[in-house]
Amino acid sequence: MEAIVETKNLRVEFRAQSSGQAKKVAVKDLNLSIRAGEVFGFLGPNGAGKTTTMNVLLGFVNATSGAASLFGVDVREPIARQRIGYLPELTYYYKFLTAEELLRFYARIFSIPRTEADRRIDQLLKLVELESARQRPIKTYSKGMQQRVGLAQALINNPDLLILDEPTSGLDPLGRMKVREIIQRLKNEGKTVFFSSHELGEVETVCDRVAIINQGELKVEGRVADLVEKHQANLEQIFLNIIGYQPQLSA
Amino acid sequence: MKTVLAISGIVIKELYRRKDFYVLFVLTAVITLLMGSVSFFHDTNSVRYVKDIALLLIWISALVIAIGTTARQIPAERENRTIFPLLAKPVTRWQVILGKFAGCWLACGLALIVLYLFFGIVSGSRDHHWPLLNFCTALWLHWVMLGVVVAFVLLGSVVFTAPSSNATITFIVVLGILFLGRYLNQVALQQPEPLRSIVYGLYFLIPHLEWYDVRDLIIYDQNLVGWMDCALATLYAVIYMAVFLLGTWLVFRRKALNL
Repeated sequence: MEAIVETKNLRVEFRAQSSGQAKKVAVKDLNLSIRAGEVFGFLGPNGAGKTTTMNVLLGFVNATSGAASLFGVDVREPIARQRIGYLPELTYYYKFLTAEELLRFYARIFSIPRTEADRRIDQLLKLVELESARQRPIKTYSKGMQQRVGLAQALINNPDLLILDEPTSGLDPLGRMKVREIIQRLKNEGKTVFFSSHELGEVETVCDRVAIINQGELKVEGRVADLVEKHQANLEQIFLNIIGYQPQLSA
Repeated sequence: MKTVLAISGIVIKELYRRKDFYVLFVLTAVITLLMGSVSFFHDTNSVRYVKDIALLLIWISALVIAIGTTARQIPAERENRTIFPLLAKPVTRWQVILGKFAGCWLACGLALIVLYLFFGIVSGSRDHHWPLLNFCTALWLHWVMLGVVVAFVLLGSVVFTAPSSNATITFIVVLGILFLGRYLNQVALQQPEPLRSIVYGLYFLIPHLEWYDVRDLIIYDQNLVGWMDCALATLYAVIYMAVFLLGTWLVFRRKALNL
């Protein structure tokens, strides 16, 4: 099956903040391959290298060595981003725009014809349940609504690949459930979803495959069911075990 | 091109949805109207004086709008993290810079049209004289000058982290060029070497924004600037805009996106 996202020996190093400090290796020789139609969970503690990996895939950061491609196109080429949708973690969209204007702006970037853009905007605002607030400035939106408008903008070009960076971060249980439902729906439509999350229960429910990364290194990768069977534990226990967490025993 | 236009459209929307422009316009309008309504014994010099002050206000307002609007563009994109979904689309950093520049410059043009139109109506209704070509020439050269300022501030916005420090520094530099730029060669002559060469170098290096200040065309109803001079002045400004935009891109293409 075609690899939608692929990294080969991907390495990202950052310069030292001050002289005398060693350079920081954020990602160490990462090899990933995500196939079409998969929902792939990318897990790891804070600072593990998840966002850096996503930033390389999106062309925000250049890799020190190795290669990364989307749909077989080098991520450094802007055209590689034509068929993707991206939802960053906690973004505050242009506050002076309404949801409709924001989506129209992104539709113009993709050169979507006006009638098609109108249709998609209606469809997406319905999907993320923001129809009633479509004419309101984004500055009046709650955090959950902002996250949902973010999800709508990520879908405006009807992408084949969605990259979601902690899509449920900061949302209440209802907001999280709604986002999860949307991911599930996209999965049913055959979209490929690559997302990072700290919500392991959510990952276990939604994902076909997961990768756990710690200190920039890929520790484990595989189907959720296979990992659970192999380790005889749930995903949370596997995760804690892999990152070397030792529970403090109370007296 | 569509991407650049889409980004510039957002900048223009921001300008007319924020209060800054309206505050400046109302302030300029009230002062112009108040001064225009005062009659100084039908003395033509005092009418010219009123025009001079009103045009000065327009110049200050336009500079505040240009610098204020441009200085916050890229830092706001980074601070609010809107740069991430934008660059995750098939958009290059160069297109972001061009879009921001075009948006700020066009927004300044729209603000200038409103301000000059208002001033022209007030001034014409008192003078019963409508020197339309003088107004158009002054407006065009003013707008071209603002293009250089916008490109310069955009460069500042990727060099300085805080928009306030960028705005302050660029405002001082622009005012310095406007007031002192024309005298730098004379200052150079009075200096010993190597300071003389440095000041001379500076004289030839800075964009001479003061050349675009043709307020006297309106105040004293002077002869029009020739078309060729206008075209050369525009070309001179375009070269500086291109240099500043290229500098902005060179800094921004390697810059980390998060603040």
